[in-house]
Amino acid sequence: MTYNARFRIWRGDDAAGQLEDFTVEVNEGEVVLDIIHRLQATQTPDLAVRWNCKAGKCGSCSAEVNGIPRLMCMTRMSTFPEADVVTVTPLRTFPVVKDLVTDVSFNYEKAREVPSFAPPAELQLGEYRMQQVDVERSQEFRKCIECFLCQDTCHVVRDHEENKPAFSGPRFFIRLAELDMHPLDTKDRKREAQATHGLGMCNITKCCTEVCPEHIKITDNAIIPMKERVVDTRYDPLIWLGSKIPRRSSTAADKALGSGQNAQAEQHARTRLREKPSDRTARRALADALRAQGQFAAAAEQTRVLVEQAGRGRGARLDALSAHAFALLTAVEAGQLTLDRVEDEVSTTVQDAQRLVSTGTVLSGTHALHHLVHGRLAEAVSHAREAIAWDRDRVARADDLVTLSEALAGLGEDAEAASALRESRSLWPTNPRLQAASVNLRSLGVASS
Amino acid sequence: MTEMERHTYDVVVIGAGGAGLRAAIEARLQGKRTAIVCKSLFGKAHTVMAEGGAAAAMGNVNPNDNWQVHFRDTMRGGKFLNHWRMAELHAKEAPDRVWELETYGALFDRTPDGKISQRNFGGHEYPRLAHVGDRTGLEMIRTLQQKIVSLQQDDQRDLGDAEARLKVFAETTITSLTKDGDRISGAVGYTRENGTFVVFEAPAVVLATGGIGKSFKVTSNSWEYTGDGHALAMKAGATLLNMEFIQFHPTGMVWPPSVKGILVTESVRGDGGILKNSEGKRFMFDYVPAVFRKQYAETEQEADGWYDDSQNNRRPPELLPRDEVARAINSEVKAGRGSPSGGVFLDIASRLPADAIRKKLPSMYHQFKELADVDITAEPMEVGPTCHYVMGGVEVDPDTAAAVVPGLFAAGECSGGMHGSNRLGGNSLSDLLVFGRRAGVGASDYVDSLGSARPTVTDEDVQAARRHAEAPFDGDGGESPYALHAELQQTMNDLVGIIRKREEMEEALKRLEDLKARARRISVVGDKIFNPGWHLALDLSNMLIVSECVARSALIREESRGGHTRDDFPAMSDEWRKVNLVCRPDGDGVAVEKKPLPVMPPELLALFDRDELSKYMTEDELAILPGGDA
Ligand SMILES: Cc1cc2nc3c(=O)[nH]c(=O)nc-3n(C[C@H](O)[C@H](O)[C@H](O)COP(=O)(O)OP(=O)(O)OC[C@H]3O[C@@H](n4cnc5c(N)ncnc54)[C@H](O)[C@@H]3O)c2cc1C
Ligand code: SF4
Ligand code: SF4
Ligand code: FES
Repeated sequence: MTYNARFRIWRGDDAAGQLEDFTVEVNEGEVVLDIIHRLQATQTPDLAVRWNCKAGKCGSCSAEVNGIPRLMCMTRMSTFPEADVVTVTPLRTFPVVKDLVTDVSFNYEKAREVPSFAPPAELQLGEYRMQQVDVERSQEFRKCIECFLCQDTCHVVRDHEENKPAFSGPRFFIRLAELDMHPLDTKDRKREAQATHGLGMCNITKCCTEVCPEHIKITDNAIIPMKERVVDTRYDPLIWLGSKIPRRSSTAADKALGSGQNAQAEQHARTRLREKPSDRTARRALADALRAQGQFAAAAEQTRVLVEQAGRGRGARLDALSAHAFALLTAVEAGQLTLDRVEDEVSTTVQDAQRLVSTGTVLSGTHALHHLVHGRLAEAVSHAREAIAWDRDRVARADDLVTLSEALAGLGEDAEAASALRESRSLWPTNPRLQAASVNLRSLGVASS
Repeated sequence: MTEMERHTYDVVVIGAGGAGLRAAIEARLQGKRTAIVCKSLFGKAHTVMAEGGAAAAMGNVNPNDNWQVHFRDTMRGGKFLNHWRMAELHAKEAPDRVWELETYGALFDRTPDGKISQRNFGGHEYPRLAHVGDRTGLEMIRTLQQKIVSLQQDDQRDLGDAEARLKVFAETTITSLTKDGDRISGAVGYTRENGTFVVFEAPAVVLATGGIGKSFKVTSNSWEYTGDGHALAMKAGATLLNMEFIQFHPTGMVWPPSVKGILVTESVRGDGGILKNSEGKRFMFDYVPAVFRKQYAETEQEADGWYDDSQNNRRPPELLPRDEVARAINSEVKAGRGSPSGGVFLDIASRLPADAIRKKLPSMYHQFKELADVDITAEPMEVGPTCHYVMGGVEVDPDTAAAVVPGLFAAGECSGGMHGSNRLGGNSLSDLLVFGRRAGVGASDYVDSLGSARPTVTDEDVQAARRHAEAPFDGDGGESPYALHAELQQTMNDLVGIIRKREEMEEALKRLEDLKARARRISVVGDKIFNPGWHLALDLSNMLIVSECVARSALIREESRGGHTRDDFPAMSDEWRKVNLVCRPDGDGVAVEKKPLPVMPPELLALFDRDELSKYMTEDELAILPGGDA
């Protein structure tokens, strides 16, 4: 039962570090944390690791085991073939303090930004009455052990330091949902979630749900219902427009989209890329600026580089792949590239992206456009509708409405097509795709303004 | 030269478990500038692991429950060695403290009429434990944590600084308390992240550091449980009470070896789980002691009837107090009727439908599935005793939580007296709230009483504290702290464990002397930045002090009671019941002296049957009761 396992463990601090190799004994029933402890006791007494309960209850021992965010105390060694090397690295989204210990203060700062439970003032001690069915929804979220694995895996902040100020992350979406669903809480949490915590930046990839050791259905039971209710309550479109950073753009390009200074944004990004070609944020901004100017094929060249540079991190990779597929398709739509030439590349890109997501919904907008350029209008409509139902950020929604409108127009659903187009225009008036769509619709005799 | 931070506070609370957080909330509400210092991240303290619930006689499930019944159960559970006043305050105040949590946002499970639901637990006459599934401790920690955040939000709004009056120093370990004359003047520690020393100057320090289980090999406790508060108190000249009483929880996991000791909550039995030996026999019926015979069922039929109809049936013997069940399991295993991995079987699978098990015991289901690959809805668990809780602790005044050193307060598991010789399940979480709050009030009142005459921390104090903390780096070629720790755990487990004998404890004391000497020469490698070897070296010095207290007191107490079982003195003794054993520092060792147990006033004595009392008390003691001449 006992064997020697090979481990690679990240050692170092925020400034420098490397993976170090170890050979260490493993016994029956042991978990990764046991092995780390054995290393401390026998080979590396100062190897830093955080842990407490060793029973999956405190959420201290979070790390990435073979690249997957996990609790070390709940990761059994028997899940790895004996011959494999087990790689343990610190949480990637947070700065390293030392070895496997990261600085998770981001989460404590965000916690302080969620206004506390606000019960009705007149209730006295012992007078609270709540039904079990009513507390159960919030209880699910209160199972959270604050391991921050969901925060670590969420692509909005993983490798995107710039999104941290505006985005609180899945852990705090469930906190807001918990308060929102608390039978006796008196505050409006939905608005709060959207306006202050960046709910709009979440595009429901469900990665957070997948890593949650408490099996909390973060997306299905917290995020989606809150997003839906934001829509239900006829959300003020101005606040919606103000939602911080659309997923398919970055800060610079977003400003450009808003102010029409696309050329300037492009210049900005190009300068930066000359200094540092590996700056993915700048490249993303460049792609967005090009796209905003209608240079779809040029944008696709940039997104292709983004895909190459994305590395193995799942969030960044998924983001690059879906941006690239979308860029290629818009270039086809605008007649800048031919379908023949790029179809293979589109298919592989979409397939690669698909492999990284658990549900199809993340890519619905891409699928819709893909069907549209192939002339499969009914499919395009249904995918576009699905995409829109997920209520993603402003730019994405505007784009998906264009796709929907074109497909509907092709099917002769003129009135609906026109209304989709109107909504799209109100969201992003300078979207160059609107030109093509308006032309199409006009040729079908649809009034589009 | 290592850096040094300096802070001034009114009250410093050491520990961010239930007791520490409740104390800090109270001190802050009393207007005191308060610091919370803890070894782990905020929200990770050991309290997070508590499963079953918090005992409070709210009477939501059975209206016959009230503080008197709770008080009686607590005294019985502690075998009448509890400090009566603590048990009284606890029983009276627990309901308000639990309800208070609701106002902070806690979401307990509910009764059909919408009140807080309460569950059965060993030793409690009525369903009494407020709970949330089997993760009550998590709910408590999170609730208190969020209350603290809300107070900080208030300060942000009112003063522009969230940490103006209440600040958490996480991953900071206190290594020394400082004194000005005979009074506490502050505390000194280091931060894990960068090894910086931190000096807190404060007239009042509340110890809420939890327990000592890491001195034992098989334990349900986390790495934090190294008895720091117990040792800090001793070093500051305070006293520890009844350290021989250690609760071995009857049901810890026994397989696989790496998880041995992890707790299997008592709710498994509260919800119908039964204990069987390798012959398939439900053996607890053979182990009901005379003092409990009246309250427990004699047949399986009666026991099973109790879950649905507790008015007309007596309780199943699986729900005897923990010490009884732990000893019973120990005997079965010794008699060769154990399970393959050296425990006994705990069966819930044949007692409840699979769905109900998953619903009522989600974390147990999860824990066995993930750690042992056992599906508890289909097969029995293997369980055995595990070191769980220390009843002994800092000797305090019940009303104010003040220790004998002015300015020092203690609450929660690191304080002593409340639970006597054995704690009832669920009585700890409520203890944390009741006495955490009282410690917060006690410390605030004490600070007020000082006026401007505040004690100060001198440079010498700081340098001395620092030398102590840095000492492990000076050792050269000495042993590794990990090796010494393993030896200590083995020693305590084997020689001062669940069943104790004179010769074994004498041997333990000899080994502890040896370990103490070797510990002085420990050497650690690396620097001060998040260096677990160094941390353990410092924790080890505390564990050695505490272990010596346990072994010495256990050797002196010549009777068996609650969490102290002597093979050579198997019976309870009326004379010993009147005795508290008090540890105080003596050179580099520990001296133990006998002190009389405070006497329960007649009106509380009158809550019990004379018959029952006579099983514990001498005739002289009962003479004060009406009709005491019988
Ligand atoms: C698995 C398990 C299940 C349990 N279930 C129940 C239950 O259902 N019901 C019940 O009533 N009780 C239960 N208990 C017992 C109960 O959980 C504990 O007794 C209680 O939580 C202790 O709380 P506390 O506030 O005293 O200390 P803790 O919660 O342990 O907190 C101690 C704090 O002190 C800090 N600390 C320690 N040393 C230092 C230092 N040197 N410097 C700075 N900080 C320090 C720690 O970091 C920590 O924050 C259970 C215990 C265990 C182990
Ligand atoms: S669904 Fe995806 S984007 Fe949304 S919070 Fe979870 S991980 Fe982040
Ligand atoms: S929601 Fe799940 S993954 Fe996220 S912090 Fe809580 S327990 Fe961890
Ligand atoms: S150590 Fe507590 S969750 Fe792993």
